[in-house]
Amino acid sequence: MPDPTATAKPPRYLDAVNAALADEMRADGSVIALGVDIGRGGGAYGVTRGLFEEFGADRVIDTPIAEAGVLGAAVGAAMAGQRPVAEVMYMDFVTVCLDPIVNQAAKLRYMTGGGVTVPIVFRTQTGGGRSGGAQHSQSLEGILAHIPGLDVYCPSDARDAYDLLVAAIRADHPVCFVENRRLYGKRADGWEREALPPGRARLVREGADLTIVTWGRMVPESIAALDALPDVAADLIDLRTLAPLDVDTVVESVRRTGRCLVVHEAVERFGPGGELISKVAEGALFDLDGPILRHGARPTPVPYSPGLEAAMLPDSEGIGAAIARTLEG
Amino acid sequence: MPAEDEDLKIEPASAPPDPETLRERLRTMARIRAFEEQVGRQFREGNVHGFVHTSIGQEAVAAGSCGVLDRDDFITTTHRGHGHCLAKGADPEPMMAELFGRETGTCHGRGGSMHLADASLGILGANGIVGAGVPIAVGAALAARREQAGRVALAFFGEGAVHCGAFHEGMVLAVAWQAPVVFICENNHYAEFTPSTGAWGGPGLLERASAYGVPALRVEGNDVGKVEAAVRAAVNSARAGAGPAFLEMLTYRMGGHYEGDAEPYRVEGEREEWAERDPIAAVDATLAAAGQDGVAKALLEEARQEMEAAVRNALAAPYPEPEAVMEYVGA
Repeated sequence: MPDPTATAKPPRYLDAVNAALADEMRADGSVIALGVDIGRGGGAYGVTRGLFEEFGADRVIDTPIAEAGVLGAAVGAAMAGQRPVAEVMYMDFVTVCLDPIVNQAAKLRYMTGGGVTVPIVFRTQTGGGRSGGAQHSQSLEGILAHIPGLDVYCPSDARDAYDLLVAAIRADHPVCFVENRRLYGKRADGWEREALPPGRARLVREGADLTIVTWGRMVPESIAALDALPDVAADLIDLRTLAPLDVDTVVESVRRTGRCLVVHEAVERFGPGGELISKVAEGALFDLDGPILRHGARPTPVPYSPGLEAAMLPDSEGIGAAIARTLEG
Repeated sequence: MPAEDEDLKIEPASAPPDPETLRERLRTMARIRAFEEQVGRQFREGNVHGFVHTSIGQEAVAAGSCGVLDRDDFITTTHRGHGHCLAKGADPEPMMAELFGRETGTCHGRGGSMHLADASLGILGANGIVGAGVPIAVGAALAARREQAGRVALAFFGEGAVHCGAFHEGMVLAVAWQAPVVFICENNHYAEFTPSTGAWGGPGLLERASAYGVPALRVEGNDVGKVEAAVRAAVNSARAGAGPAFLEMLTYRMGGHYEGDAEPYRVEGEREEWAERDPIAAVDATLAAAGQDGVAKALLEEARQEMEAAVRNALAAPYPEPEAVMEYVGA
């Protein structure tokens, strides 16, 4: 873990990811990292810089662009005693290698009646809003969270990136670890915060008017939205992990506030917001003062042109408007 | 054909296995045959649920290949994997119980025929996804290479799998990593319902492997001695750090794609031709020529009794408790 006293500045989100990988690789010789460009090149966003030099080609493995093969091999290595951290460079690319994730890693322990364990981390990153275009910008965590047997972690800041990646690497089951590239440069505020395990949401702000439930980059966007609405006091819940899902914290909050807004970067259509709203309805329906709303991306492929992309993705302004609708409802 | 083709040859030992070894392989083949016969019978009785695929006619590939492996070597197999599991040392009794969906099954009834696995024997799973076991075996071989304990991985797959991406990506990675993995392509002449003859353009399958830089050899897959010699050469080479190899085993699927398959696609007269090349009868004839008569008959009788007992015990075993449905999900 980076020592915050050793440097003037707290670590950035990407430093935290790097530190978690390095610390776990130092602590456990069975941890290996593999993926396209992660070794000598240090990763498309520099996240794995220095690991190749410290741990060598045997443990930090540059792979051919063969994601389905690489992830399949990671599954085999995991069953054979390694703890692979396999990187999928962009979350959109999980669609070319869903079989090893969905049909193999997620199901093998179950299909074998506990006969094998698959301690594997699928690291990936997403983040719309940088003109990455329709195939380099999608938030697909809902697809992964739909699959029994997979954990899905979506850290919103540097501290959680560190804590959740350490937990993911130490877990004996498969974890999809979703980073957001637009958070990579953000420095931790509150690095010395208490570490929370996966499955525990974090109450970022407290307030009696409504409950906002979100994760990933929509946490800072929601903070910005609330900063622009000084008259609104909200419980802002960072779920941190979609699977396991901390339903209790959300329901307990909504029972107090009576209003709920779910915010996510993924498109709304059949998105994770639907699942969350269902859980809130089951747990807090008779405490509600208005409809539960969601605010996510509009149902279109992510556009390239900046103005179009801004019109598609949720941002602090759109969240502010959604907060107003939630309070009116 | 690559210019270095001569360097890509695998040179199997030419000496046939000794009678003792042959007899042991015959026992394995007889047990596979008897297991599969029972599976077919029990499927018709309604005791085997879901889909089930048997490997009658292909026993020599399983027996000869797994015969050269150690207990802690790895295999991955396919939807047609009973024979490979038995040859690698899996106990037929929990296997039968698994096919019957019982709690005492290899996977406690959670997997079924297509997901048989036993990590303690290095069996990293049959697989319901064609080709999926290929990169998994490469990954196990990568782990083995790291450990440097001389372990190898064998990937069993059919000739139908050589068209899918997982096979090609697995080959690419095996070469890139010089992984100790042997690809066993079991060419049983049918990819599900489709006769494989003429199913691909260009030259044969060996050239595909050669194109990736993987030494490749075609083997008479119904001759257990030839299978064993080829696999031994490839495994020894992989153990020594020389990287992957590809073996095409020519064999024949005597049954349908699955039990209950009406087989309207079967090429007429072909099955009868291949019946003449039955792998069990072939070993029996070799042993008879060496003065040991009636070995196959005796071993088959013994194996059939073993499998009848497996059926009896599986029928008596309990189903998993419905309350335990969430057990083993893991995350």
